[in-house]
Amino acid sequence: MDLFMQQLVNGVTLGSLYALIAVGYTVVYGIVQLINFAHGEVFMIGAFGALGTWSYLLGESTSIWVLPIMIIGAVAASTGTAVIMERFAYRPLRHAPRLAPLITAIGVSVFLQEAVRLFYPGAKSKLPFPQIDVVTGPAFKLGGVVIQRAALFTVIALVICALLLWLFVNRTKLGRGMLAVSQDPDTARLMGINVDRIIVVAFALGAILAGVAGVAQGLQNSNIDFRIGFLAGLKAFTAAVLGGIGNIEGAVVGGLVLGVVEALVTQYTQYLPFGLSAFGGSSWKDVWTFALLILVLVFRPQGLMGARVVDRA
Amino acid sequence: MSALLEIKDLEVAYGKILAVKGISFTVGEGEVVCLIGTNGAGKTTTLRTISGLLRPKSGEIWFQGTRIDKVAAHEIVSLGVAHSPEGRRIFPRLTVEENLLLGAFSRNDGGIKNDLEAAYDLFPILRERAKQPAGTFSGGEQQMLAMGRAMMSRPKLLMLDEPSMGLSPLMMQRIMTTVTTLQQQGTTILLVEQNAQAALGRSNKGYVLEVGKVVLSGSGQELLHDDKVRKAYLGED
Ligand SMILES: Nc1ncnc2c1ncn2[C@@H]1O[C@H](COP(=O)(O)OP(=O)(O)OP(=O)(O)O)[C@@H](O)[C@H]1O
Ligand SMILES: [Mg+2]
Repeated sequence: MDLFMQQLVNGVTLGSLYALIAVGYTVVYGIVQLINFAHGEVFMIGAFGALGTWSYLLGESTSIWVLPIMIIGAVAASTGTAVIMERFAYRPLRHAPRLAPLITAIGVSVFLQEAVRLFYPGAKSKLPFPQIDVVTGPAFKLGGVVIQRAALFTVIALVICALLLWLFVNRTKLGRGMLAVSQDPDTARLMGINVDRIIVVAFALGAILAGVAGVAQGLQNSNIDFRIGFLAGLKAFTAAVLGGIGNIEGAVVGGLVLGVVEALVTQYTQYLPFGLSAFGGSSWKDVWTFALLILVLVFRPQGLMGARVVDRA
Repeated sequence: MSALLEIKDLEVAYGKILAVKGISFTVGEGEVVCLIGTNGAGKTTTLRTISGLLRPKSGEIWFQGTRIDKVAAHEIVSLGVAHSPEGRRIFPRLTVEENLLLGAFSRNDGGIKNDLEAAYDLFPILRERAKQPAGTFSGGEQQMLAMGRAMMSRPKLLMLDEPSMGLSPLMMQRIMTTVTTLQQQGTTILLVEQNAQAALGRSNKGYVLEVGKVVLSGSGQELLHDDKVRKAYLGED
């Protein structure tokens, strides 16, 4: 039982990270029907933004009080990247065929990875991420279940971000404008909504959550490198599709489900009978996880929560 | 009467196809002006160009002495032009009240609450169903919502694209009566209608469009009694 609970905790932690990133795919898709494959890199740059803030502005202090400033640094870096990316890479292609922005996204992704590798001091190899008092250090134990502090940070960050995002979308004028654009952009313009501005807001929202995810990733793994955006981005994109692309709640649910499935699969495929256990464990986890995704999409092509444009469930 | 809206030699194309081929007309302050014409005549295209969703190939659009044919759609709303589009286009998954509030998106003044009440007074059913998703509304209810939503921007000029489309005679009557009410309250109206009888009857002026050109114009009463109009649009022979 403890083992199961432990995997559940691991899964929710992993899933919270996926969810934080997945929201960015879904919000942007809901507004402009673009899969922004460079979003994984926005997350990676968030992690570097936090690290840079810590190294160059905070004098490498490990007191808990530097954490909020690191988060601000991460969010500034990720949001700045996303907004510039939208303005110069995607906006000129607004009326181009669908394939053009998609290929551009892949190009932007490579560009950002290389830019960080070449220009961030020491980023050619792994860089240690600061361990901050309170959010890192000795784990909590609940019965036989170990809960890392960084894991707790990630889950709480997701809860707060999801709550604020919900309030923004459902309770503010700008949020209502976003819902309108996602349902009918032309009519939204007739309401006096500046669609270009809403698109920037969508990119920025996704980037804010990705920036927070970057900090969470650094705290959990205690090091970062310029490649972390690739797999995390792929998994988060999967989570967004699993939940129903375009659906914000779907991205959160999809992320959590994906994380939990991944953790359980890693653990329990080790015990498969008839020698099948050779296909178990962490080296096979992605195979099983993606097999599950394919299965879900065969029976529920719209994803778990229903694909739709950005919307409340 | 000074012209609130003036269209000069307007041409609008979809790719290579010219849909509006050099039309000119004016809408005076306080008037109801009606555009009638067969399917595909270019009525919707004209309205979409005025509200900035489409860009003209050539020609000019003037509103209150300002040239607006290069102004962004969302800014044209703030200038005082509201457009209730063909097919109503309410936001189906938002509530009735949210739809109405979106109509006031361009405004920052304190009068929005009052205007919401005014829209509810105009169409009381909207008040009763304020929290209901607009997509569950019937066609007639959606039309009332679309008109109420357009009024929420406090327009000087309200453009209605086929508001009676697909409505029962009773509901159509209701909508047409509202057009007159709004005119009496001081709103200028540019009305596109297939239902020529009801529309011309309450219009100060009318223009007949055929394949992208104005082929006839006159006062509402003149057009109602014009032989060609009676044959083509009122089904008489
Ligand atoms: N998006 C579009 N792309 C290409 N052609 C279009 C487009 N929209 C309209 N047209 C063409 O432009 C012409 C005018 O269309 P428009 O919708 O303005 O007519 P309308 O007078 O509103 O007709 P209806 O009474 O049927 O609504 C038509 O020939 C139509 O086929
Ligand atoms: Mg039309």
